[in-house]
Amino acid sequence: MNKQTFAIKGMHCASCVYTNEKALKAISGVTEAVVNLTTGKATLTSEQPVDAKKIMDAVVSVGYQAMIESPETLDEKIKTEKIKELKNLQIKTTVSLILAGLVVWGSFPGLMNTAPDIVKNMFYHFLLASIVQFWGAYDFYKAAVSSLRHRIANMDTLVVIGTSVAYLYSTAVVFYPGFFERLNLKVEPYFDVSTVIIGLILLGRFLEAQAKAGTGEAIKKLIGLQAKTARVVRNKREIDISIDEVVAGDLIRVRPGEKIPVDGIIVEGESAIDESMVTGESMPSSKYKGDTVIGATMNKSGSFVYRATKVGKDTMLSQIIKMVEEAQGSKAPIQRLADIISSYFVPIVIMLAISTFVGWYVFGPSSAFIFAMLNSIAVLIIACPCAMGLATPTAIMVGTGIGAQHGILIKDAESLETAHKVNTIIFDKTGTLTQGKPSVTDIVILNKSLLPGGESSLLSLAASVEKNSEHPLGEAIVNKAEEEKLQLIKVAKFKSITGKGVEGLVSGKKIYVGKLLGSDTYPEGESLKDQGKTVVYTYINEKLSGVIAIADTIKESAKEAILTLNKMGIDTVMITGDNKTTAKAIGKKLGIKKILAEVMPQDKEQEVKKFQKEGRVVAMVGDGINDAPALAAANIGIAMGTGTDVAIEAAGITLVNKNLMSVVSAIKLSKQTMKTIKLNLFWAFAYNVVLIPVAMMGLISPILASGAMAISSISVVTNSLLLKKAKI
Amino acid sequence: MDKIIVSIFGLLSIIFTYWFFFMKKINTVQAEGIINILVDGGYKPERISIPYGKTTKLVFERKDSSPCLEEVILANFKVRKFLPLNEKTVIEINPTKKGEFDFSCGMGMFHGKLIVK
Repeated sequence: MNKQTFAIKGMHCASCVYTNEKALKAISGVTEAVVNLTTGKATLTSEQPVDAKKIMDAVVSVGYQAMIESPETLDEKIKTEKIKELKNLQIKTTVSLILAGLVVWGSFPGLMNTAPDIVKNMFYHFLLASIVQFWGAYDFYKAAVSSLRHRIANMDTLVVIGTSVAYLYSTAVVFYPGFFERLNLKVEPYFDVSTVIIGLILLGRFLEAQAKAGTGEAIKKLIGLQAKTARVVRNKREIDISIDEVVAGDLIRVRPGEKIPVDGIIVEGESAIDESMVTGESMPSSKYKGDTVIGATMNKSGSFVYRATKVGKDTMLSQIIKMVEEAQGSKAPIQRLADIISSYFVPIVIMLAISTFVGWYVFGPSSAFIFAMLNSIAVLIIACPCAMGLATPTAIMVGTGIGAQHGILIKDAESLETAHKVNTIIFDKTGTLTQGKPSVTDIVILNKSLLPGGESSLLSLAASVEKNSEHPLGEAIVNKAEEEKLQLIKVAKFKSITGKGVEGLVSGKKIYVGKLLGSDTYPEGESLKDQGKTVVYTYINEKLSGVIAIADTIKESAKEAILTLNKMGIDTVMITGDNKTTAKAIGKKLGIKKILAEVMPQDKEQEVKKFQKEGRVVAMVGDGINDAPALAAANIGIAMGTGTDVAIEAAGITLVNKNLMSVVSAIKLSKQTMKTIKLNLFWAFAYNVVLIPVAMMGLISPILASGAMAISSISVVTNSLLLKKAKI
Repeated sequence: MDKIIVSIFGLLSIIFTYWFFFMKKINTVQAEGIINILVDGGYKPERISIPYGKTTKLVFERKDSSPCLEEVILANFKVRKFLPLNEKTVIEINPTKKGEFDFSCGMGMFHGKLIVK
């Protein structure tokens, strides 16, 4: 008996198991099939080993996918197929162009005088042209015939009709010259037309296929970032295992210079980590125990152990790849017109070519038939629906890819299109413009004799007491003391006085931290408050000795981002639940003129709508759950990646890093992409709208037409690839 | 005389072209959970009716080596997938909206329709 085990993808219920088992049992020779839902694996028992293809077909016929040993990944398959296609095209293009060159040499007036007799022979031309027509253009024929069976016409149909007409006419001239003489037509074949057209169009396809491969590079790069193995600590031993075998909860050791395999939280050690490949943030970030690390980022200096929290498709990198893939699968509204036109385009061109033939035949000069034929061929060949079809998607593919490399994730093509129209950006304050975490900004000593150690002793005393409180302001003081590596002292008789502050005995001194006591005043405190800061007073043995000011600090990138946006002519607005004084102070520092303070979370959405009613195109930048309705209501929602999943879900663009300059980059990226799309569409339309009538008028030879056609689609793809060089 | 014949013949050819490409009847095929779509010079079937709110598996099998058909795009479902030649590729969709949704090749030359009822 023979047993084969393999994984099945796509199962999620008991009936999936039944369906798969039934399909597998139906394969001839299979005696038993057992499918396990929890492991996602199937075991087949059969007399003879079953062919992998048969198994895959059986599983796929019921809608699942069998992953049989060492399966070639989709990427590898695409690569192999593409390499084969390019090689095939390269050979066909080279041979066809050489043969076409020989035909031209032997038939072009002036040039033919230099050719030996054999090259001038019409039968010899016929032979070469037949090779080009039936071997070089074989794929055109195949594609045209199969689409004609569906009553669809495409690019291949045009090439096939155009070149076949020239080829068949020329063949008739070669074999029945007398017939054409009787019709007063010159005995002259047009094999140069058929061969050069095919050669140039093949060349165009070859170059286009090469260029197109570059448009999807970003995804490949992202997939390539993934680490292959992980050093897992199991049973106190460190073992290297494949990344697929890592499960959530595993402890993983990462040494300097190694890639972090999956997402997790540091449990031991510290390090500087280069996260630029995922977040686009160029500075390495320092990570300590309790900090999260992202899979696929690079560990620079230290060695640490972390606990895996997200593996497989849940990791940040997998989510990013999924998002980019989805965005590339969506369509931009601007593409609609091109889509409608291209679906009617080819049959219309065929009708125009027939009209051209009739027009030239009826009204043309003598040798009307030749003019009619050549000009209608030119019409068929010059039409280029491909350029229209490629104009938008190639730019979207490149645009979303560049975004991902800069930590800007775009949900769909529509979001990328909308972002360029934005003229008002509303920023949520806490967590977006600011760090979202209060920290100590000022320390003032009022009584030097009680605080001989200056700022450090004030901070140390206040932090020692606040260590026992759970107030966020207290936490800010403790954090500051820890940052400065100050020693905290044991506190006795700790007491929290509601609405006032905290107190305790430190080294025999009574320390109070909180609001001003009794009739004490401190006028400078007001000016600190005006700057949006919260002021905390410290008393030693009931004597006012020091002042600590605390505020939510502004992100370093915020000021530059606001300034740049204002320069770009985009109005910036800050929205916050804070009181007017604090809001104004922060707004002033950042250069934001319009401040919406004291806005309840549920009213943010209404504020967005108010701007929209004024006819503005609004982007909302936020990070919290309470921002989600406003993000969704805005024309474009931009979520800061450090924020909540709900916010990311509601937004059209997600910024993976905390840098606010990414908002500027996102807008710039959208503007650049739209510029590229518009230019592409302009050329694609203008090319067809201008050149088809020109060809109908008989002003372009079919050979020139094929050259122009080949250039048109390459130029569109190349223009999209130029986006990679855009500064965002 | 020949001019008249060419004109009549030309006119008939234009009418034929219009009829052949623009007036074809397309039958709608009902999909029950899973449907095989042959990709060969177009999509067969071209019009597929699928149920609303239920997962349908579209199994695309590409037999056409033309690079035009190498990718399928279901823009409304945000899917762009490469279809390896002579292989079946499963695309699972669960429509949350009723209506008619286009699917097409990478360049938008070949089209099919999903009708969600």
